[in-house]
Amino acid sequence: MNLLQEVTSDVFQDKIDQGEYIEPKDTMPEDYRKHLIRQMSQHAHSEVIGMQPEGNWITRAPSLRAKQILLAKIQDEGGHGLYLYSATETLGISRSEMIEQLHSGKAKYSSIFNYPALNWADIGAIGWLVDGAAIVNQVSLQRTSYGPYSRAMVRICKEESFHQRQGYEIMTRMMRGTKEQQQMAQDAMNRWWWPSLMMFGPHDNDSPNSNNAIKWKIKRESNDELRQKFIDKTIPQALLIGLTIPDEFYKLDEKTGHYTIGKINWDEFHNVIKGNGPCNKQRLKHHKKYHQEGAWVREAAEAYSKKQKSKLK
Amino acid sequence: MSIVNDQLEVWEVFIQSKSGLPHIHAGSVHASDIEMALQNARDIYTRRGEGTSIWVVPTTAISASNPLDNDMLFDPSNDKMYRLPTFYLMPEGAKHI
Repeated sequence: MNLLQEVTSDVFQDKIDQGEYIEPKDTMPEDYRKHLIRQMSQHAHSEVIGMQPEGNWITRAPSLRAKQILLAKIQDEGGHGLYLYSATETLGISRSEMIEQLHSGKAKYSSIFNYPALNWADIGAIGWLVDGAAIVNQVSLQRTSYGPYSRAMVRICKEESFHQRQGYEIMTRMMRGTKEQQQMAQDAMNRWWWPSLMMFGPHDNDSPNSNNAIKWKIKRESNDELRQKFIDKTIPQALLIGLTIPDEFYKLDEKTGHYTIGKINWDEFHNVIKGNGPCNKQRLKHHKKYHQEGAWVREAAEAYSKKQKSKLK
Repeated sequence: MSIVNDQLEVWEVFIQSKSGLPHIHAGSVHASDIEMALQNARDIYTRRGEGTSIWVVPTTAISASNPLDNDMLFDPSNDKMYRLPTFYLMPEGAKHI
């Protein structure tokens, strides 16, 4: 670091420490910008890729009400992706570059979306557990230090709680239904519980990107703190409707009031990130296909706009 | 490797949430013309009745001040305190002023 960079970085850190927000035109360390682009684009890609497991169930929703709700939820996810792409573009990266990085594998998305939605109970479990975990993370990110990211999070959090509630409602109704429905709900719980806990990322001791993120207040709480919040909220919700926690070691620590859980299978987590989850290839292939097949729409729109402009001249 | 930008132009979106209130920046959209920009802004930023009016402006048409000039630009003019109502001494007992 040269002297100028050091001074800039001190001024920047002072601003962060005083709780000020950083805006697009403010001076910021290159690593801060890079970290944000990586995290925010990954967040945006996750919203968009996350439309796939649920989209699969639109035509098979069990009622018109369920279909309307699912459509609205998936439209929201697309919207959330767009809020986040929009916020990330303020850091000087274009939408095209972000999509290119997703397609080349340079940019990741949340590995939870590499699991399949096998039946209707999965739609309940995704809304309740996956969106539930996402909310815990996103509520915390409302206070992230980068202004446009923070504002996108505020907007997203306002909309997200409907997602979680509709999922919990599906689970509740199935648990009040026939024996087969109860088994389906429990089966979905068994498959989605652990991957949802992995959504918060590795334990704090093993999290390579966390140090700067906390210092720069991009992240306001650690992976383990956020995971604990989710666990404490969700276990009572599961028990209330008669679901079993698929963890023989979980228990309530009476002293702290927090639940403790068994060991998370991190081999599975890393394996899915590496690309070996049940649906990794399918998710990316689908995105590429529709991106390419939609090219003519963008071209036609541009051609039309050019023609309109030339008429004005 | 250069990447072809085929994602249309970027427009900034401003939403008025209720009549009488100012339009506030909401985010941006991509669109090839004004009509599409307004349509996309409606779909993306007002799905829950958040708006009574939308403005869209091409991002390139916005000029912004430079944060490095803030000290000079937003100098609070401490030597011009007579701009504030508290500068003035009112007689004892004066009401509604």
